[in-house]
Amino acid sequence: MFNRAAVLVCQNGKCFQQQERGMATLKAISMRLKSVKNIQKITQSMKMVSAAKYARAERELKPVRPYGQGASAFYDKIEAAPAPDKPKELIIAMSSDRGLCGGIHSAVCRVIKSQISESANPENVAVVCVGDKSRAQLQRLFSDNILFQVSEVGRKAATFEDAALVASTIINSGYDFGTGKIIYNRFKTVVSYITTEQPVFTADSISRAEKLAVYDSLDADVIQSYMEYSLASLLFYAMKEGACSEQSARMTAMDSATKNAGEMIDKLTLTFNRTRQAVITGELIEIISGAAAL
Amino acid sequence: MFARSAALRAAKQLPGVVARRNYADMAMAFTFASQNQVFYDKADVKQVDVPSFSGNFGILPAHVPSLAVLKPGVVTVYEQSGSSKKIFVSSGIVTINEDSSVQVLAEEAVDVADLDLKAARDVLSQSQSAVSAAASEEAKAEAMIAVEVAEELVKAAEA
Repeated sequence: MFNRAAVLVCQNGKCFQQQERGMATLKAISMRLKSVKNIQKITQSMKMVSAAKYARAERELKPVRPYGQGASAFYDKIEAAPAPDKPKELIIAMSSDRGLCGGIHSAVCRVIKSQISESANPENVAVVCVGDKSRAQLQRLFSDNILFQVSEVGRKAATFEDAALVASTIINSGYDFGTGKIIYNRFKTVVSYITTEQPVFTADSISRAEKLAVYDSLDADVIQSYMEYSLASLLFYAMKEGACSEQSARMTAMDSATKNAGEMIDKLTLTFNRTRQAVITGELIEIISGAAAL
Repeated sequence: MFARSAALRAAKQLPGVVARRNYADMAMAFTFASQNQVFYDKADVKQVDVPSFSGNFGILPAHVPSLAVLKPGVVTVYEQSGSSKKIFVSSGIVTINEDSSVQVLAEEAVDVADLDLKAARDVLSQSQSAVSAAASEEAKAEAMIAVEVAEELVKAAEA
């Protein structure tokens, strides 16, 4: 591509050599080289930042895991099932506002898209988008299904108050759903995460569960408060898992971006040197042939 | 003697005969966690006293399954070694399951030893002034919840 250093142009019997070609490509290569070097610096610093955030997110995830398990243990024990006469479904998409993190947001949205497309009544499915990225992806095809959207997610670490806010908005929205689920990325290792669903139940399906009779001294108030608190706990757990997966995915993505940029820099440097040598050789030939002509 | 124990063993193997449950056999798998700290994870403890809106009650292994909502107050955990631990909770839920597993999920929980009495009194006076300054019903209710938590905080810090 850059091998043509000089082109002989014959005009009126005289031969002129176009030097501009070689010089222009030299400048173009050096501009490209500078920009790729800058990009490498940026991706490297992004990797450092997300490595620090990942360390913190993993540390915060450790105590939250038993919290999430404890919150869902009750539902497993009573074998709560979705209410059959309430066809409406609620899906909560756990993503964030920021990109450049590999396939995190696409993974969650892909599951949601396939579930909505495969469901018998797509208009009965409502989606809560936590994070701008999931909204951006789902808005094109399923904008009617979006119940509400949560933004300013991902910049700072999630707290229980944030999860409680989302939970209270879901409950206050009055959307009478029979089954609910949270789609989030569960953190497995630094290089892998898995998109999982966590079912959430309403007070109605709790009261209808057969095994609830085993539990003593329950009234509607207790069940309602219990359901609200465990919804907030499950949302909090999903937020923490999602944050940890996102930071580790961003770290991996920026690491491979830095490596790719490094490879490009090596290739471009070689080409730059070759072009530079070709230009110098060309100038020498000019000078020599010019001197010989005198 | 051998005939009796043989009969017992035979009785246990018969379907429909439920083996007698001994309170000592069931170990409590106790999980106590808050949003940023796990105090106990499926631990085996002797007894747990919880403050709830349906009354303060103690949970032993093989407690009848139940659900309860935590009130601001002190959760006392009596460990197998005999020592006890007091942890202040602001709110949360308690689940007691059939298999004797107990989950206490608290919104905010802190060891009573880490409470500072003066700071607790400051929080109480702040929340009391917030009640009088409250504009709407909702704000007033929130402020009164803060007062309740603060009062319990002071009580726990004084003990």
